[in-house]
Amino acid sequence: MIQVLRDRLKGLKVFSRGIHPPHRKKYSESLPIRAYIPKGELMIPMVQHIGAPCEPVVKAREEVVFGQKIADVGAPVSAPIHATVSGKIGVGTVCLLPSGRRVPALPLKPAESEALPANVLEDFLDRDWDGVDPAGYDPEAIVQTVREAGVVGQGGATFPTHFKLRRNPKTPIDTVILNGCECEPYLTADHRLMVEAPEPIVIGLQLAVRACGAERGIIAIEENKPDAIEAMRKAIAGRPELDVVVCATQYPMGGERQLIAAVLGREVPSAPLGLPLHVRVVVVNVATAHSIARGVVKGKPFTHRVVSVTGGGVVEPGNWLVPVGTMFSELIAACGGVKPDVVKVLAGGPMMGPTVPHLDVPVTKGVGGITIMTEAETAHWQESPCMRCGRCVSNCPLYLSTTKIAHAVMHRDYELAEKYHMSACCECGCCSYVCPAGIPLAQYIRAGKNQVRMIAAQKKAQDKKAG
Amino acid sequence: MSEAQSVPPSKAEPAAVQERGFLVSSAPHLADRATTSRIMFEVVLAMVPLLAAGIYFFRFAAVALTVLCVAGCLAAEAVANRMRGWSQASLRDGSAVVTGMILAFSLPASMASGSRFYMAFMGGVVAIALGKAVFGGLGNNLFNPAMVGRAFLMICFPAAMAAWIPTAPMMPEAKATLAAEKGVSVDALGREDVDAITTATPLYQAAKLSEYVAKAESEPEKQDVFRAQAQKIRDAMPGLWRLAIGNVGGCVGETSALIALICGLWLVVRGVADWRSPAALLAVVVVFAGLAHWINPGRFPGPLYHLTSGALMFGAFFIATDYVGAPLTASGRLIFGAGVGLLVMLIRTFGAYPEGVMFAILIMNALTPLIERATHPKPFGGQLQT
Ligand code: SF4
Ligand code: SF4
Repeated sequence: MIQVLRDRLKGLKVFSRGIHPPHRKKYSESLPIRAYIPKGELMIPMVQHIGAPCEPVVKAREEVVFGQKIADVGAPVSAPIHATVSGKIGVGTVCLLPSGRRVPALPLKPAESEALPANVLEDFLDRDWDGVDPAGYDPEAIVQTVREAGVVGQGGATFPTHFKLRRNPKTPIDTVILNGCECEPYLTADHRLMVEAPEPIVIGLQLAVRACGAERGIIAIEENKPDAIEAMRKAIAGRPELDVVVCATQYPMGGERQLIAAVLGREVPSAPLGLPLHVRVVVVNVATAHSIARGVVKGKPFTHRVVSVTGGGVVEPGNWLVPVGTMFSELIAACGGVKPDVVKVLAGGPMMGPTVPHLDVPVTKGVGGITIMTEAETAHWQESPCMRCGRCVSNCPLYLSTTKIAHAVMHRDYELAEKYHMSACCECGCCSYVCPAGIPLAQYIRAGKNQVRMIAAQKKAQDKKAG
Repeated sequence: MSEAQSVPPSKAEPAAVQERGFLVSSAPHLADRATTSRIMFEVVLAMVPLLAAGIYFFRFAAVALTVLCVAGCLAAEAVANRMRGWSQASLRDGSAVVTGMILAFSLPASMASGSRFYMAFMGGVVAIALGKAVFGGLGNNLFNPAMVGRAFLMICFPAAMAAWIPTAPMMPEAKATLAAEKGVSVDALGREDVDAITTATPLYQAAKLSEYVAKAESEPEKQDVFRAQAQKIRDAMPGLWRLAIGNVGGCVGETSALIALICGLWLVVRGVADWRSPAALLAVVVVFAGLAHWINPGRFPGPLYHLTSGALMFGAFFIATDYVGAPLTASGRLIFGAGVGLLVMLIRTFGAYPEGVMFAILIMNALTPLIERATHPKPFGGQLQT
């Protein structure tokens, strides 16, 4: 309560409800990005975005060069995949994604020499973008190149970016919000990118604004990243249509609905149907904007991303520029390995990141961090009866009757759960975080949503069979 | 945590990394430090100053009642757990202690005297057994257990529940009055005489005042008698300061409105209690009492008198904010608080009982499911109109 009052008095952008978890950014927030050069085999999953899976366009044992397209598909909601190092493609196989899904994948063995250009880091963090004029690019062409570059949302949702940027006369866009909140505890990848390469991010935002026909772009950054705020403020100088706003350090500020509410005061209709475009907004992650600029201006496809390896359980935390497809095990070994008391390894942050059972998992386009947590850092869910304290309800940023949904799921009454708007839940985890009875509410709700999805899929399959 | 323990405590070598298994669980992986027992502990802590006030005003009686009620609650909880084959973990969550303390605080000090001590214990047992255990334990009960226990005592032992003794600081004066009536010296009073001294609670006085004023109006022939009686009561009614600090007849833990207010606000600031129920409750009481006083100042005492007398302040912050019996939703809690306030004032003003907090809470408890359904929140942003 005191925190909320303080934030409001300071004039920071806030949304109602939500929580204030510990930041725990100190592990890696001041460490410069380093390039990681993979040595072992990479695993390139064919599913790295929401939408249709990709099909390989190269053959087994074919030699590919860095940046060459290796997989694509014709569906509108999709993005191609590129070779993230030069090397040799292996025989197609199946790999485990951080999300727990098993999907087809192509192994890629890096070449003995020159697998990656020597200047890959300097090139990625290049700050000399002075001569670039975003107004000179045709909106249609921007969308097309963004798709060809394989850019997807890097905040975690991995929605193909070009699809968001297409102009649609029925749903005009007036504002593009650049999401630099990084509200998850621990993670610092976006933070470092804003500090070390603000100029391409600004160009990427301008290109996005131009592509979707918006009037302005707003860069939203949480208050706990003063150096990033300063860097971005400097980078937008002389661009009147752009602005930097400072948001309170509040979770889940980086959620689209909360961010739009905080920055513009607009309410996006609830999921699953409501989208930011219904309130004339497109939200783009800062790392995605960086990729847009590189793809459109320099013709560089999406091959690398910044990943923070952090947490109390890793010997040497750091921020790395990693080729997509690098195995967790290799990257973590480069950080000195894990400490003995590690219990969980997360792909992402501790509020929404899924755990991985082992480290034979590749970094995908959506993985912005690997959080390695020790026993002492993680929560233990010791369920006791709900005492109806109402904390879960009064902290849910989407105004849901959380405990009722969770209890409906416990009793397998999915219809009742839907009546309480289960599908509107964004799985942010605020409810589990606050519950004093230790009920893993968000976990129950996620399980309930999965069940509903499965039942629907089964029904569809049966209907198909029947008729 | 069996999986966590299966992680071998090997040395952190990159080679070993591959072989290690990690705990698999669904996000989130963080939680804040609040737990049920921590919250209950804070409530107990907030009630300690009230207990101290009770000890100051009613001496040993406050301690005895608290111990008896809490013991009754814990015993009932243990037996209920045993009968259901549950673990005794719920004894440690503190909810039974809170129930026992609230019940004890709402009993008259006379209940601690010799032959009546078993009543408080019984009240505690009934509070948990009929108020909570039969519904399935914490979180499932419809009614506030402490109020169920109190209602039970009120039905079974109406005389004991209406025997109010003067507070310790009032005692010398009460003794002197009694001695003067009997025509003996104070020292010559017997123990039975002293034990039998009773006093009127401020709300009883208010009810009587209202009655006499009404009678004076309806029976003009005996007007003077009633007027005189009303005036006598008016003279005997305590001043505001005495009411606020609680130096008046009443329940052991409820008389001091000022301390209840301070401790209650502390609970609100700590985030344990929601501000909505007490705020709505007090606001309704102020408006209702203000209106009544404005219409007939000679008959109805003003809002401050109501706020500081009886269980109102304690009830607003410690009983109406009880999680289980109140709605989950924010707007529901406003309605709940307002409803309690309105019922309290209706009972106090027009009812047969001088005090109405207990019945008001129980009635609103019964309405809670309805209120909750009516105030079901819309998801953020509303649904898309297609
Ligand atoms: S936070 Fe936990 S205990 Fe409180 S109402 Fe929600 S589920 Fe129940
Ligand atoms: S996980 Fe769902 S129910 Fe829980 S707080 Fe987030 S949006 Fe609300």
